[in-house]
Amino acid sequence: MNNNQQNSKTKYLILILSAVFFLIPMYVLLVTSFKDFDQVSLTTMWNLPTTFSLAGFTTALKKLAPNLMNSFYLVIPATLLSAIMGSLNGYVLSHWKFKGADTLFALMLFGMFIPYQSILFPLVQFLQSIGLYGSIPGLILVHVIYGLPITTLMFRNYYTEVPTALTEAARVDGAGIFSIYRYIFLPISIPSFVVVFIWQFTNIWNEFLFAVTLTSRPANQPITVALTNLAGSQVVHWNIQMSGAIITALPTLIVYVIFGKYFIKGLLSGSVKG
Amino acid sequence: MKKTAKEKLISFAILSPSLLFIGIFVYGFIGRTAQISFLNWNTFSRLLQGEKNYVGLKNYIELFQNPRFQTDLWNTLYFTLFFIIACLAIGIFLSLLLNNKPKYGYLFQNIYLFPMAISFVVTGTVWRWIFSPGTPGDPYGVNLLLSRIGLTSFQWKWFTSTESFLFFNIALIPVIIAAVWQFSGYTMAMWLAGLRGIDEQLIEAAKIDGASNWQIFSKIIFPIQKPITLSAIIVLAHVSLKAFALIYSMTGSGPNNVTDIPAVYMFESTFRANRYSTGSSIAIILLMMVGLLIIPYLINSFKED
Repeated sequence: MNNNQQNSKTKYLILILSAVFFLIPMYVLLVTSFKDFDQVSLTTMWNLPTTFSLAGFTTALKKLAPNLMNSFYLVIPATLLSAIMGSLNGYVLSHWKFKGADTLFALMLFGMFIPYQSILFPLVQFLQSIGLYGSIPGLILVHVIYGLPITTLMFRNYYTEVPTALTEAARVDGAGIFSIYRYIFLPISIPSFVVVFIWQFTNIWNEFLFAVTLTSRPANQPITVALTNLAGSQVVHWNIQMSGAIITALPTLIVYVIFGKYFIKGLLSGSVKG
Repeated sequence: MKKTAKEKLISFAILSPSLLFIGIFVYGFIGRTAQISFLNWNTFSRLLQGEKNYVGLKNYIELFQNPRFQTDLWNTLYFTLFFIIACLAIGIFLSLLLNNKPKYGYLFQNIYLFPMAISFVVTGTVWRWIFSPGTPGDPYGVNLLLSRIGLTSFQWKWFTSTESFLFFNIALIPVIIAAVWQFSGYTMAMWLAGLRGIDEQLIEAAKIDGASNWQIFSKIIFPIQKPITLSAIIVLAHVSLKAFALIYSMTGSGPNNVTDIPAVYMFESTFRANRYSTGSSIAIILLMMVGLLIIPYLINSFKED
């Protein structure tokens, strides 16, 4: 056996061992959630189920269904709104720069990096004063606003690649800001809309800090909060908890499996380039 | 073509709702938090009265004298350090293995990256179960696996362990593993994207000149990838300062606060103990730690243009 084959063998061995490490939690999740109630105990947690049971799964789904729907009611409007606003902002900040626009953009971007603890308490008080505390519309508002920096950044980076000659030519022909956006930029930004949708969908779905501090009634909580309540409870069986974790993870995992390419694009475009 | 006054006005009008929102919700609220951190609003009734009694730096001084907060700072330091080092090492290593598009490479890449798509809350819930220590007579999780293969001497109390080494609480190790599990794919993806842009000829030429693999990595690839690595470090450092959801769902503060971080302390002070001014002080300290990292980075990014 020559050196190259030896190398390639070692390489695959490492790749497979790493894959095993990355899949361990998935294994635990799957084998536990499909176990019967009398089989779930910590002493047999690594064993495969002897019988296949959906009991844990259906119980968890029944408990989490309202919160699952809350998450959809939250994520879909928040994603759409923050993407549309980000697209318009990015358009202006790349092709209609006025004096000081770059500074305003930098000030806006800072909002993407702050630890949200630093605005949390005034935010709670503000939402209470306008009557949106504890409601899904309140959470939508919060996610749209704090999503603006990243969506603006993503669209701005994308539109910067569009040659200014295109905008200039349209202006010579008498087109205004909105019609240039509508007829030139909007049609070509479908791919970046997909990237931003997926990014925002995943992030807002997975978010926890706002969800746990801005909703107090269980009926209004998104699924991430409901999962911690379920998992923090001593009386809930493990198969239900693990089924709950699967239900929480499934929507974003499905998006990842179908749109993996766009997910990675979003990941890479998250880094700042002035 | 010069922009007309009307065009300037419209473009500013498009931006203005966002600017207004960011102005209030980011800068206004930060200002408000800073203000509360200088007040004595540490009971619910003081909050209701709303009297502005400024106490200067009292809340901050008390925090830095507080053993729990001191532990939190050490925890943050070590968590951030080990989290970043491990994510870089594993991510870079995997990206090098996957760089020349080996067979099934795409599959492996997707396996390493999928944890990025799920919530810290799910990660915490699952890993909590995996690392539940149980008792020596009735081991759970990884300890159970170890006893199955006869390695009982490697069993330990995982995230409930109260031992520390140079202020490093070893209970953090399981939490770091969970976080690294979720984020090393990120470094890998960043590096892979960068590696694809490196000219093959450069590497070939170095090989012909007799450079070893390590020399090629350290003298050619790493310097080229430095900006990407720096971006990754910034993002990871920022993630680790925000690890609230992971800690909250996986371990909580733990015995003697061994797995506590400032974000958890802030949450408990503000929303459980009604110590609004203490909570606000913690929030401002967190903000300053992030700012120290981000502001030079932002300024630098905009200078390059």
